[in-house]
Amino acid sequence: MTPPDISTSADLSAPVVELNDVHMAFGPVQALSGASLTIRAGECIGLVGHNGAGKSTFVNVVNGRLTPTGGAVSYTGEQAPQDQVRNSARAHSAGIRSVFQELSLCPNLTVLENLRIPYSTMPRHRWRSLARTTVIEALDAVFPDHGISAHALVGDLSIAERQMVEIAIAFSKRDHDARLVILDEPTSSLDVSIARQLLAHIRRFCAAGGAVIFISHMLGEVFEVASRIVVMKDGRIAEARETADFTHDDLVEAMGHVVPEGDAAQAAEARAELGPEVARLPSGLSARQGEIVGLAGLAGHGQAEALAQFFLSRSSKWRADDRPEVVFVAGDRARDGVLPLWSILRNLSLATLKEFSRRGIVNRTAEAALAQDWQQRIGIRADKLTDPILSLSGGNQQKVLFARALASAAPIVVMDDPMRGVDVGTKKEVYRMIRSEAATGRTFLWYSTETDEILECDRVFVFRNGDISAELTGADITAENMLRASFEMQEAAE
Amino acid sequence: MMMKPDTSNPVAGTSPNLLVATIRKPWIWSYLAALLAFLATMVLSGGQGALSLLYAALTFASFSVMVGIGQMFVITLGPGNVDLSIPATMTLVATLSLKFMGSEAGLILPGFLIALIVGLGCGMFNFALILLLRIPPIIATLSSSFLYQSLAIWSNRGLRIKPPEPLAEFSTSGVLGLPNLALVALLLAGLAWVVLERAVVGRWVLAIGQNLRAAQLSGVPVHAVRFCVYVGSALLAAVTGFLLASFSGGANLNMGAEFMLMSIAVVVIGGSSIAGGNSNVPGIWGAALFMFLLVSMLNSYGLGAGVRLVLTGIIIVTVVIVASKRKHSA
Repeated sequence: MTPPDISTSADLSAPVVELNDVHMAFGPVQALSGASLTIRAGECIGLVGHNGAGKSTFVNVVNGRLTPTGGAVSYTGEQAPQDQVRNSARAHSAGIRSVFQELSLCPNLTVLENLRIPYSTMPRHRWRSLARTTVIEALDAVFPDHGISAHALVGDLSIAERQMVEIAIAFSKRDHDARLVILDEPTSSLDVSIARQLLAHIRRFCAAGGAVIFISHMLGEVFEVASRIVVMKDGRIAEARETADFTHDDLVEAMGHVVPEGDAAQAAEARAELGPEVARLPSGLSARQGEIVGLAGLAGHGQAEALAQFFLSRSSKWRADDRPEVVFVAGDRARDGVLPLWSILRNLSLATLKEFSRRGIVNRTAEAALAQDWQQRIGIRADKLTDPILSLSGGNQQKVLFARALASAAPIVVMDDPMRGVDVGTKKEVYRMIRSEAATGRTFLWYSTETDEILECDRVFVFRNGDISAELTGADITAENMLRASFEMQEAAE
Repeated sequence: MMMKPDTSNPVAGTSPNLLVATIRKPWIWSYLAALLAFLATMVLSGGQGALSLLYAALTFASFSVMVGIGQMFVITLGPGNVDLSIPATMTLVATLSLKFMGSEAGLILPGFLIALIVGLGCGMFNFALILLLRIPPIIATLSSSFLYQSLAIWSNRGLRIKPPEPLAEFSTSGVLGLPNLALVALLLAGLAWVVLERAVVGRWVLAIGQNLRAAQLSGVPVHAVRFCVYVGSALLAAVTGFLLASFSGGANLNMGAEFMLMSIAVVVIGGSSIAGGNSNVPGIWGAALFMFLLVSMLNSYGLGAGVRLVLTGIIIVTVVIVASKRKHSA
């Protein structure tokens, strides 16, 4: 929130960080090779690339978490000789802040206490009241009308609210002013109106001389906010041009994906005859066999809870069926999906163990075959399936969770915002897979915070404050209708 | 983000090189430690009594192994899961079943059945406290153990009833140079290995230990699995109590006391993760042998029970520290 003081606006194009031929290797794997980039004050860099392209490594080199194995990183405003201080300390004093894709707040602490953690030089005396005013000022500046209390426990906040707090903390006023803020997928768990507030704030921040690295899979946002777009591919910077020089198709092509054509026509064609009703929730949500039902609305309005409740009501804590009725794809990977100590193979087969077992013993041949099959079908980028799941990038972990659910024969698939951190190419692939599965009679309940995903659905229920505020079908499924249903009542109440 | 895949995978590593694979196993250290303790004792005795020491080690390790297996499954369920009622369950089972048998050879089988039923009851009661009253497992099993111990005191009344002759005979003799008790413990360990490494249930236990919510959302019947684990632990404690009383000539009220620490120690020293989700069976045998050989080593060097307990504590703390360090660096 703090624009660097006025004196810096004189040198608006002064470099904040310079990377010169930076290499980063993890053993034999080159995650970053020969990256050179200068980030100047007042710039908003949109960083795009599909999963595993090296975006996270790049960002971690800039913020000093990783020490590059080759090349040099230099920050402005640096007094200390470079080799005497750790990289992270250098980045910190240069005013580099990061917001990560995996939420990194402490859930057992309050909002204001979470500010205290990155702000280690905060005055001891009456730090709570200072932290309270700082964090509230920051939240007010980025997200007006956020409604978050500084004394709320982070664990009690919704995912969207946590993300908002984390972003606000990154922009907050501290001993070193924020010069460069790195936002890794900041909008993936925010709904449209909150995301707009963030984009507006980024523009204000840059206009005042701050710099931002903005990573997003939502290309529309990147075009809207970035002054320059950097495309990464296979650990290299493939393109770096002014935003005006890119078109949407250029960008997708530069990332290495072919522009899909005739998607909509295909979708309409794939709509098969729908079967009888297979699910009805107390809230009024219903689904028929072979239908893709979308749950829309602003983030945190009861969609995730409705899905979890539905799943738990159809599965038993005491008995596992040979043929489960419903399977679940988690969106909050760390909380609901990934088993961190296990290999990719074991993570993938968990939901289908019972289906493929003989007299209680795991059929390991069938298990390996199943995993291999799905690795190819969904394109999990891994050397060996026996590698730990945590060695995969976020998007690839998500693919494993998809495979875990889709491999089952369960007739109903419940998906809780499952595309967070998944790249465009995989998304298209998964959409296609979902449609073909639906054509064979599977039912999908799909909660998503992204409008294009909701547009893939046959029927959409819009949630507001835990209730369904609208049911849309066919041609009525439009972004406008969804937004109207998400906001209507709130406007009326005001 | 591209990361170099971690090559040492303790869970699903099937390396073609058997030697390398074996060295990477977390349980190898407990066997090495046991071997060291054995050799240190032999140095002092000049090689005298090696066989009888091994025989005794196998016999006494059997008890630790049997309760250790049950405890291992419980600990695998994740942080906060531990069964502190094992000693009291052993005492209660031994007291009731020996009292029922009253040294009559004809009542051995019904006596054993009673031991199992009492064990089943203890396990179900523990899990009922955990599930229905939502008491943390560590508190639930601790408080229920007071209950079991009081029941044992009440029914025992200071009497020491001898086990039936054939049962005492069975538990103190052996076949093919191996003690019968060790054979029973080996059989149970083999079964436990199959359950943990090959059975669906074992996978479920490991999954719950890593992330209960994720396991549940992947269709794991979490209540049923945890029920089986707690009941299994109590049943193993029951069998151990029954055999220990037969072996030592009758039940006595503090017969289970040392197994509180022992059952946890063999799990941790054996290389299973104290945080759950990652366990192994072979390590329990190695650790149980080590614990016995350590005591006999200290005894033969003339050190007393106090030193022994201090050392045991130090070893457990060290193993936990080393294990957690290794995980951080990995």
